[in-house]
Amino acid sequence: MKYVYDLHKTMLARNLILIYEGEFTQEITKSVLAMAERNMDSMGEESSIKRKVFNVMVECLQNIVKHSDEYNPLTEKRHTAIFMIGKHDEEYIITSGNPIKNENVDGLRERLERINGLDKEGLKTLYKEIIKNTALSDKGGAGLGFVDMARKSGQKLEYDFEKMNDRYSFFSLKTTISRSTTGE
Amino acid sequence: MEILNLEGAEDTPKIMLDKANGIFEISGRSLPEDSAEFYQPVLDWLEAYGASPNPKTEFVFKLEYFNTASSKLILDILSKLEDIDGMTVTWYFHEDDEDMEEAGEEFSELVDIPFEFKTY
Repeated sequence: MKYVYDLHKTMLARNLILIYEGEFTQEITKSVLAMAERNMDSMGEESSIKRKVFNVMVECLQNIVKHSDEYNPLTEKRHTAIFMIGKHDEEYIITSGNPIKNENVDGLRERLERINGLDKEGLKTLYKEIIKNTALSDKGGAGLGFVDMARKSGQKLEYDFEKMNDRYSFFSLKTTISRSTTGE
Repeated sequence: MEILNLEGAEDTPKIMLDKANGIFEISGRSLPEDSAEFYQPVLDWLEAYGASPNPKTEFVFKLEYFNTASSKLILDILSKLEDIDGMTVTWYFHEDDEDMEEAGEEFSELVDIPFEFKTY
């Protein structure tokens, strides 16, 4: 039973206020959002910071909902992802991790590198270009989620790909939102 | 013309489209699971309205939050509004919500409709 205490200590050490591991659906997304909102409300968080955290959370969670079917539960053992929020004195850290197909790693890495290579104006231009010229995907995504997360956070997106097996890699994504309201 | 009246929910906005009373408003939060499906009735309603619109139409957006999939559909709605004569858009944002203000400015740059900005 020591793992319970170990997990508890890890959460405290990393200032994690919420972890969800499991299947991701729209209903789960709403529940996780409601919990995080209540948590921020009870701590008296500034509304502008709350909105940014909410914003990044939605894009992050809905990304997982839309892409989780890539991990087929009939052929693989598990079909889950992880989402967490860390709250520090200076910032909120929103992280997620989910399996993606190995063949999609390079394309995803390129998109994220392109976004991280842009400044505020560049991101705005890219956003407008995508919204004008791109139709919704068959999964209902606008292709704008990462761009929006980068814009709302005002900081670079951090990411990593860890190879799981010859078919899947684990994609981790970290977005930081500053708690100082003065600037970006 | 029939009124389109959708109650808001935690992930969908409140929508009121009422030609007779001149009320055209989308408000609240928009993060539906399937934004295209959710907004289709609005696009259909506007298509019909466009055939015989009121002389003047003030379309109000009073959104607290919308996700990126909704932003694509908001642009689709605005593109429909663009084709209707006498159209103006009033874009409300909370007074400390710069992101919502900026989002409205960006939409106003993407379509040829007069935008008015107001805080609440």
